[in-house]
Order: sequence, then structure tokens, then C-alpha cells
Amino acid sequence: MDTNKNTYTVIYTIVLVAVVATILAVVSIGLKPKQQENIKVEKQMNILGCDNLAAEAKTASNKNAYIQDEFKKYITGALVVNTSGEVLESFDSDIDNCNAFKVSPADQFDLMRKIDGTQDQAAKDAMVKDLRLPVFICSNPDGTKHYILSGYGAGLWGPIWSYIAVKEDGKIAGALFDHASETPGLGGEIVTDKFRSQFTGKVILSDGEIIPVTVVKGGNANAEANEINAISGATITSKAVQTMISNWMNYYKPYLQKVASGAAHSEAPVEVENPNEETIAEQNSEQTIKTE
Amino acid sequence: MAMDKKIFTTPIIKANPITVLVLGICSALAVTVKLEPAIVMGISVTLVTGLSSFLISLIRKTIPNRIRIIVQLVVVAMFVILISEFLKAYVYDVSKQLSVYVGLIITNCIIMGRIEAFGLTEKPLPSLVDGLANGLGYGLILVIIAFFRELIGSGSIFGAQIIPQSWYEAGYMNNGLFIMPPMALILIGCLIWIQRSYQKEDKK
Repeated sequence: MDTNKNTYTVIYTIVLVAVVATILAVVSIGLKPKQQENIKVEKQMNILGCDNLAAEAKTASNKNAYIQDEFKKYITGALVVNTSGEVLESFDSDIDNCNAFKVSPADQFDLMRKIDGTQDQAAKDAMVKDLRLPVFICSNPDGTKHYILSGYGAGLWGPIWSYIAVKEDGKIAGALFDHASETPGLGGEIVTDKFRSQFTGKVILSDGEIIPVTVVKGGNANAEANEINAISGATITSKAVQTMISNWMNYYKPYLQKVASGAAHSEAPVEVENPNEETIAEQNSEQTIKTE
Repeated sequence: MAMDKKIFTTPIIKANPITVLVLGICSALAVTVKLEPAIVMGISVTLVTGLSSFLISLIRKTIPNRIRIIVQLVVVAMFVILISEFLKAYVYDVSKQLSVYVGLIITNCIIMGRIEAFGLTEKPLPSLVDGLANGLGYGLILVIIAFFRELIGSGSIFGAQIIPQSWYEAGYMNNGLFIMPPMALILIGCLIWIQRSYQKEDKK
């Protein structure tokens, strides 16, 4: 057969592409449930990991089952709060399928960016009201409760995200960072214990105010002053972590204040009334100035 | 060409795709900071080169000459996406570590180079062996470079600390240059240098 004829070439291309597309579609559909389970378990592991739980995940024979068991055991509640600290939704069972678990920090971050880019104050306030912030409540073996907060921001190459466990007294019990595509060995080092363990014990909320965590270069961090050593060679990613934390913590602030005063977890979900818009807006503008 | 041991052994050292043919350098820079991703990358590239060479060789007589590059590209891309999907489903951690570089296997010149030079003219089985061997030769260099970069740059092997803490206290420091891509290029240069000085007879 003459393989150089035009009709042959065209038919050949169509058949080839159709066959390849079918194979890819079948494999993609077939593997989707498994991939989605991995993504879910990853999130559960991150949430547990920030509070230094599920430490045996690496050696467990069935990692996914182990993580899901540990998650059920320790994470006893989940909430969706708004930026005035009111609890919008509250869950105490089946947490890995609840709405709080499904809130996408990435979507919230998009909204935050929109808020920062909006000049009109009224529109800004309306958007701030729309933010939905997930909180996971971790009941520790020793009876204390930790509040695990989300974070999401822009790294050097792609998104970075965090889970930070905060104690009732406003101290950080543990933090965990992860990233999509930071440089391995440089920005990618934010996932290491060496970096994240620096956050443990830092005060994030004191007298109702957020104390920013500062990342400093050159390994000269003053632990007393809430300073963290940046990763050498990865200044941009390190700074991105700092910005992410201050960004999200400012939105979480009203809720954290309630936690500190002990009023938080006895509270049932409420209807959003009239949140304290001015304070939040003020915080925002302050923050923009700082970042500039 | 009959099945010959040389098809397998030559690409691993004597005609190594990185040090001799100088192909696929870019990914050798990107994924060699740590050993684990380097090994997974080596295995993935080996599978893709082997399988795509094999498949192209199987259908080589039917491929219209004018669109052969596009056909090769489609086949290579298919295997790369398949591998990426399987990594995501079964070794999620590793697929996260490799992130975009799995997708970039498509652009690895070794694969297209071997298909053009070998798979398009030879029988399926030798093509498969040739592809696998080239992938292994590539993986070998990746592992050697990653070994030195991880050891000297981060003081660890497979993520486990090797340099004892007492050294650091005595003033030892991890060499930051080894984490940077330029050092991979220098290491490749050293490897090429070593190899050329032993393979003088290959001079053209």
C-alpha cells in the first residue's frame, strides 16, 4: 500500500488519535477514584501532621487505612467560620466528607486576592463576608484541644499551603507546609521538620492581637521575637510562607479571639448578622501597606 | 539485526545518552537534587523510551513518512500521560515530588532520538531493548549526579542524614552550590571528562 497518499495519511491520523484518546480516557476514568482517595488522604495526613500526629504513616503497611483511622480518632470536629469569628457550620462526625473538609483553601485564596485588588470599600466588605474559613478541632490524648487552621498562598513557582495547629492560649502547637512545585532542595525544603518545627511554641495571638511571624535570612532568627530562619537559597518561598500566615491569621483573628476567651466551641452555628466590617477592612488596608 | 548483547550494553556506558550523545541534559539538571526523584525519573524515562520504541517499531511500516514525527510524538505523549496517571494513583508521594517533570519527559530528546535512530528501522524486540538500555544509561547518570548532589548539598542519602551532627558543630557546612542547577552541569562535565579519558579509542 502506498503510505504516502493523502487520504491514507488523513485516515491514519484520525484512527491513531482516536485509539490513543480512547486508551487515555479509559485509564483516566479507571484510576480516578484511586487518585481522588490519595488526594483526600493527603489532606487528612496534612491536617494530622501539623499537630505531629500520625507519625507512623511512613511505616504503616496500609498507609491510607492508617491515616483514615487516625483521622477519625483525633479530629473530632470541624467548623466553617466567617471573618467575624461566627461559626457558620459545625460538624462532629464523618468529618472527611463534611462541608468544612470540602472547603477549598485555593478558592478562598482567590477571593482574598480579589479583595486585595479591589479599591471600592463596599465591594471589598461584601467579599470579605463571603470568605469561608475551615477549622478542624483536634482532641489530643491529653485532653487538650487544638484548632487547626488552613492557609494557602503563592510560592515562587506555584501554590503553597499550610495547616497550623493553635492551642487555646494562642500558641502554635505545630505547623505543616506543603507546596505544588517549589524547587526541590530549595523552596521545597519548607516541608522539612527542620523548617516547620521552628514554628512550634511561637505565640500567634496575644491579648487579642495577631503577632506576625517573621522569616529572617542568614540563620540569625531570634526565637523570642517570633522569628523563623529562612531557607538559604529560597528567600522568595520563605517570604511567601510569612505572607501566607499573616494573611490568613488576620482573617481568622476574630475566631481565635473567641477561642482565647473560651466562647468558641460551645457555640452553635449562627446566622450571619452584622459582622464587624470596619475592623476587618482596616486590617486589610494595613496589611496591603505592609506588604508593599 | 539479530538480538545482540551489544544493543543492551552499548547505550549504558559506551554510547551513554547523556555523557556521549549529550541528550536529555535539561531534566538531568532539574531532578537530581535528591536521589529518590532521580531514581523514579530514571525508571519512568526507561519505561517510556522502551515502550514507545517498541510500539513505533511495531507500526513502523504503516506510518506515513511525512507525519512520522507527529505519530512518534502522539505515542510518546500517550505513554508519558499513562505513567503520570499511574504514579498519581499508586505512588502519590513520588508523583508530587516530580511534579511537572513527569510531563516534561515528553520533551526528553533521548526518546525521540532513539525512535528516529533505531525504532523506525529495526524490529520491535531489539527496539524495546535499545529503548530500555538508553533509559537505563540515562538513569544511571542521574543517580550518580543525584548521589553527589544530595550527599554534599544536603548531607543526606535518600533523605536520611548521613553527615553526623558533630561535623556541623565543628564548622562543616552543606555546600549550597550543589543544590543549584549549575553544579549538576559541572558534575556532568566531570563525568564526561572521566569517561572520555578512558575511551580514547572512540575519538573520531
